[in-house]
Amino acid sequence: MKLLGFLLLLAGWIIALTAIVLLPSVAARAAFVIAGMLVEILGFGLVVRAHLFSPGEIR
Amino acid sequence: MPGAAGVPVFSIAASVLCLVFICITPLAAAGLALMNTGLGRLRSAAHSMMTSLCVFSVAVLVYFIWGESLQGFSGLPSHAVIMGGKSWSWLGSAPLFLRHLPLDGSPASLAALLGMVSVGIVALIPLGSGADRWRLVASCFSTALLVGIAFPIFAHGAWGGGWLQQLGTNYGLGRGLIDAGGSGAIATVGGLAALAIAWILGPRQGKYTLDGMPSAIPGHNAIFVMFGCVLALVGWWGLNSAGAMLYVGVPPGRMVLVVVNTTLCAAAAGLTAAVITSTRFGRPDASLTANGWTGGLVASSAGCAFVAPLASVAIGIIAGALVALSVEWFELHLSVDDPAGSISAFALGGIWGLLSVAIFARIPAGAFESANEMAAGQSGQWLAQLIGIATLVGLIFPLVYGLNWLLNRLVPQRVAAEGERQGLDLYELGAGAYPETVTHGDEFARGG
Repeated sequence: MKLLGFLLLLAGWIIALTAIVLLPSVAARAAFVIAGMLVEILGFGLVVRAHLFSPGEIR
Repeated sequence: MPGAAGVPVFSIAASVLCLVFICITPLAAAGLALMNTGLGRLRSAAHSMMTSLCVFSVAVLVYFIWGESLQGFSGLPSHAVIMGGKSWSWLGSAPLFLRHLPLDGSPASLAALLGMVSVGIVALIPLGSGADRWRLVASCFSTALLVGIAFPIFAHGAWGGGWLQQLGTNYGLGRGLIDAGGSGAIATVGGLAALAIAWILGPRQGKYTLDGMPSAIPGHNAIFVMFGCVLALVGWWGLNSAGAMLYVGVPPGRMVLVVVNTTLCAAAAGLTAAVITSTRFGRPDASLTANGWTGGLVASSAGCAFVAPLASVAIGIIAGALVALSVEWFELHLSVDDPAGSISAFALGGIWGLLSVAIFARIPAGAFESANEMAAGQSGQWLAQLIGIATLVGLIFPLVYGLNWLLNRLVPQRVAAEGERQGLDLYELGAGAYPETVTHGDEFARGG
């Protein structure tokens, strides 16, 4: 789950970057940059979940 | 090839002024070191200050050897690729050991000096989240990776005439990313590294009960923390002013505005945090107020030269609220043990600082470098700021986490359980910060 989360973080950044290069209009760029950031939020959520410890893990 | 952004030209007076600002910037590092130490435990106080000095030194040396070369500056050589018919300068390629710089007061040499101090500040930020359990040697190696790899990648884009700054000229996104004092390049990079370190190290012994509820482990010296806030303010005056001159080409005449904005933002943020904690807990909380103050300083950095004083107050109020509320959220809901609140103050404060440029900044027409940029005006600025944030979260954070994860496999970063119980002062240094004070049993650890 952690690895998937980090891959989604990276994917979100690539979506945002690609939007700037490929799309001409401001509206389309904005939509895809925001979509990329939503993918990043999803990935960050997965990374957070992977780090939540269960009671037995507490040192 | 040289970066697309123009090379700034300074008069002698401007160079001297910039040098003075850079020379007071290390006070920010001193302030952070005091805050980290004060918010940590008494038994690790000497270790905290010692580690601060060591990581600062490692950061400066790594930056001297290859960091500045990778960060670069407008007009210095850089690696570039062509994408969509545009040149994307993604990393500096200047010679190592600053050999290309005459160190004569030119903007490039002043930027190298500011960078040298900036990496020291970046290196101190994760120490706050790793307090009381991060080994000295491991923190030095981690700093070398942070300053030698992650920092220059973003700093080149944001400060070195790289692709984030080129978003304005290449794609008409305002002036490209604006990050004058380093809300992104310094604070968010350091804050995200702090999060990675907190996760990799895990919480301190006794921080969480068996059912996962956090217990309060208060800092040992509120005086250090509060004095650190004042020192940091002076350091941030220098950081924001020098950054504004060097990285966004703001004339010396606007430095008063930069200092006023920095002060107002910190004051509003600190006061907001005090009011919020007072409302929630019945009394104001000193450590959260200090975190709020720091968050205000951090948030002020990106747009310090382009926002009105009233907007700075608004930025500060939001930063203070964001930091004061998120510290508890990280601790309670995400199980992140961050003794100094570094993640909230620097990562969230920094991201808010970058975003606030898009909302509040009013960039004068004269600040644009080309007719193309001026035509785009303010419209695309918010998109450039969002791409900067997306880069920090989507590229820099995984990179920093991955590097520290690998390092942890080679050099275990967390101190042994015995060392944590005994305190890092005695365990790693052999002597405490307060030899006449008896270190008692660990009242926070179960069975301590």
